[in-house]
Amino acid sequence: MLAKRIIPCLDVKGGRVVKGVAFVDLKDAGDPVEVAKVYEAQGADELCFLDITASSDEREILLDIVRHTADEVSMPVTVGGGVRTVEDVQILLSAGADKVSINTAAVNRPEFVRDASRQFGSSTIVVAIDAKRSPDQAHWEVYTHGGRNATGLDAVEWAAKMEAYGAGEILLTSMDQDGKTTGYDLELTRAVCEHVRIPVIASGGVGTLEHLYEGVTTGKADAVLAASIFHYQTYSIQEAKHYLAKRGIPVRL
Amino acid sequence: MNIVIVDYGSGNLRSVQRGFERAGFSSTITRDPNVVAEATHLVVPGVGAFADCMDNLEKLQLLSPIRESIQAEKPYLGICLGLQILFTEGTEFGSKPGLGILPGQVVRFPKNDLKVPHMGWNQIQIKKEHPLLKGIPDDSYFYFVHSYYGAPKDPACVMTTTDYGEPFVSSVSKGRLFACQFHPEKSQHMGRQLLENFARL
Repeated sequence: MLAKRIIPCLDVKGGRVVKGVAFVDLKDAGDPVEVAKVYEAQGADELCFLDITASSDEREILLDIVRHTADEVSMPVTVGGGVRTVEDVQILLSAGADKVSINTAAVNRPEFVRDASRQFGSSTIVVAIDAKRSPDQAHWEVYTHGGRNATGLDAVEWAAKMEAYGAGEILLTSMDQDGKTTGYDLELTRAVCEHVRIPVIASGGVGTLEHLYEGVTTGKADAVLAASIFHYQTYSIQEAKHYLAKRGIPVRL
Repeated sequence: MNIVIVDYGSGNLRSVQRGFERAGFSSTITRDPNVVAEATHLVVPGVGAFADCMDNLEKLQLLSPIRESIQAEKPYLGICLGLQILFTEGTEFGSKPGLGILPGQVVRFPKNDLKVPHMGWNQIQIKKEHPLLKGIPDDSYFYFVHSYYGAPKDPACVMTTTDYGEPFVSSVSKGRLFACQFHPEKSQHMGRQLLENFARL
């Protein structure tokens, strides 16, 4: 049976892991490659790098991290942040990324998603959607630039449009929940999951293992992404998987 | 021993090479037909579309050395597209002939409630014993990412199946030819074991 995936996410800035990582056994806990190796040893199903570097001159540092990580781990790696052109996608894939995540550039130019998925295959193209509940609570709006700019797009419709444009997967982050530890926006997750026929990764808000469980059950997500609970070693990936297995969720132990 | 990974401009070949390194074997990545012809062990990986793959192999004049290597019964490992091109015909973006080594079609998962691509870790059910599966228990997890799969006419070549909605053929073998729909290079321990088994054939 297809397992639900547990995906740790590393936010990388200027080549370093942000969020004051607390891996005690590591020589260099800010080195994304070292952290990636720990997650591999813990049995992570995939890894996600999000480059939050503002300047593009630091791009080379990210590529170096991707190359080293791809050499050190044998699990799929998704890389996102500042991906704007087909050439950006090409460079990340050749550096060793298995999938590339596109966010703001997809909103600016949806054809970019179509071009990239035609050229490299749908399975390599992830569209990241940052969504925030509208003031009237009736729907969710897509935001770009790390949640700063409202787009007026409905998140559920946008996800379906991106599927039609060739996205192979949706990485769905609730801006309302992100950074809090009170769980995913399950209504948002479920609404998107029920509206598309491509896998959806739930993101934003995990504080407990129960939240992961809710993400795949109530939220119907195909994969669950979390950063802080794994960074701060509140839980290891193994603990998360054993918890889910005990509650009847198919996971790869 | 000379493990050669065929580069036809598709996908992440370095990770396959690195997978062999982890298992203790060196390998060469090449698009030179002469180097492919010299291989003792041939590996054809790949992600992307069936038709592009066949076109690129043809353009790079790699089809003949690959065929010859298989006919000479040198160990062949196809990964993902490297499996699909063994069949008679692909159906992605219209019908396109494959190498025709295994009778059958490459077909898409049916449009129903299933999410496509089939993406993530899924289990293999072993249908016949094979040296390639040494040390790999039934129901082991491997990493998959694909929308199409090969449907062989001859059940004798089915080595493993995997359940996604219903069972599909996730790896095949025929003589010294072996191919899997999943990605051993992305499948941690079990993947490493499989690559090692292949190198030891």
